[in-house]
Amino acid sequence: MIPAIIVCAYLALVLYIGIFAFRRGGAGTAEEYFLAGRSLGPAVFLLSLFGTNMTAFTILGSAGHAFGNGIVTFSLMASASAFVIPLTLFFMGTRMWALGKRHGFMTPVQMFRDRWECGHIGTAIFAVQAALLVPYIVIGVMGGGTALRGISGGLVPFWLGGAIVAMVVMSYVFFGGMRGTAFVNTFQTVLFLTFGAIALVVIGRGMGGFPAAIESLLASPATAPLLTRERISPWYYFSYTFIPLSTIAFPHIAIFCLTARRMVQFKRTVIFYPLCILAIWLPCVFLGVAANSLRDVPQIGQKLEARASLAALPASAPAEERAALRRQSAGDDVVLVMLDRFAPLWLAGILGAGIMAAVMASDSQILALSTMFTEDVFAFYGGKVRFGEQVQVQTGRLFVVLLTILAYAIALRAPQGIFDLAVQYAFSGYAALSPLLVAALFWKRSTKWGALAVTLWVAVAVIYTSQVPGALAWYGLLPVVPMTVISSILMVAVSLATPPPSPDTVRRYAL
Amino acid sequence: MNRLLLAAVVTALYLLHQDVWFWREARPLVFGFLPVGLAYHGLYCVAVSLLMWTLTRIAWPAHLESSPEDGTRDVRR
Repeated sequence: MIPAIIVCAYLALVLYIGIFAFRRGGAGTAEEYFLAGRSLGPAVFLLSLFGTNMTAFTILGSAGHAFGNGIVTFSLMASASAFVIPLTLFFMGTRMWALGKRHGFMTPVQMFRDRWECGHIGTAIFAVQAALLVPYIVIGVMGGGTALRGISGGLVPFWLGGAIVAMVVMSYVFFGGMRGTAFVNTFQTVLFLTFGAIALVVIGRGMGGFPAAIESLLASPATAPLLTRERISPWYYFSYTFIPLSTIAFPHIAIFCLTARRMVQFKRTVIFYPLCILAIWLPCVFLGVAANSLRDVPQIGQKLEARASLAALPASAPAEERAALRRQSAGDDVVLVMLDRFAPLWLAGILGAGIMAAVMASDSQILALSTMFTEDVFAFYGGKVRFGEQVQVQTGRLFVVLLTILAYAIALRAPQGIFDLAVQYAFSGYAALSPLLVAALFWKRSTKWGALAVTLWVAVAVIYTSQVPGALAWYGLLPVVPMTVISSILMVAVSLATPPPSPDTVRRYAL
Repeated sequence: MNRLLLAAVVTALYLLHQDVWFWREARPLVFGFLPVGLAYHGLYCVAVSLLMWTLTRIAWPAHLESSPEDGTRDVRR
């Protein structure tokens, strides 16, 4: 009960920060509400950008994935991201910032429309981006439900936990906009970086030391492979390096790049980003793996039994039975179980708040979708001219409320684990959309028809891969590889076959 | 020359992510508990940070910070 109370106090503090930032925000213009007036300082820019990327998936999903798959989780997602994300920020984020400053756009679609002289094609890109972002928001709500249920020892059910998290996030995004969201993210990142290290030490001591835990895993043929990558093929492993391409293509990251006061703020961000990833992911992955040694903890013992039953299941076993065992063996809550077991109550509460911090990263996605809707649809189709900027901002706030309700409704019905849901739809889709950004920023000859071809292909590919198991998994690669390669080929081929934008437009985008 | 060298370093670091040499090995355990494959990728993150520091020192696109005198317009409606 004490941890749950501390977490509630934390949620109240987060609300205060969000609303406080709103009061200090100044004029209620769209640029202020959606982009914090393009005025974020260096520390907030780094910590908030990192916090935006640190989601329920990072903490609960990564530990859960490591629980079932071992140390490979770190190199699949964390170190690959540590390499790709700073590079994309360095090469693409800085250009977007400069163009945003020069031309005043607030969303990627505004840039695409202007860069490729198109209107409705931009709307098509918006539709695909929005559809792909919703699952990412859903995992935030799901993570909130899972985390609060775990922290309260089951006292707060999943549906209520998800509802509380959704309400808190919705409230500070509603009142605080980008400035409130950025300050909350900064606070959350600092909290997690500080207390994550304490969690590692406390849990390690509670387990009797990590060396003993790891030796016990190595001694068992069932768990020793978790400490290597022998269960995964090098091609599959390689294909994971394509997934972080999604980051710069995510609208909330692209939009966030526009909030920096000066471009020099990207410098610290790209240097420290890999170190932040190391500081957050390594403990999560390690704890997820080490949890396999806790066979005497009932919740973990049941998961290990379910995993063994799943492995022994004949191929002819019903799909429902397989799915049920997979659910029972899922490790999304192992870090919470370990905290409950080894941390004193007050510390478990603070650490639980830290986990909530990561879980609540869906704020940026909600705000980004609201920004996109009001700028790319409402304003583009005349709403701003007809009703004024104040109504535009209020429309954005209404959109925040509706979107949160939708995400919550989906989260209550979603059948898959956090990790699968995120990877299958959002990450792969956005990685395959990244050629749009590359072409807009670097290739003068790119055209709107090339952009449309990429957008339609991504929409079809995402639907196809979500409906047909194993689709596009060629030669043991993840579908994200063929999806991204085909996107790139379509961008080049269709652009070369269609007329380029006017020389004046091309000149305005020359950097 | 600098650009070519930096491109080569970036490519090399990308290839170093595919560390097949530690694929089936858990030992040695770094600090007595970190499997070598995990410790390698921890160090890899530090190496990427150093690469990014180098890029910001040598290849920082400073020209992007200055606004052009013409061609500026607000694309928002």
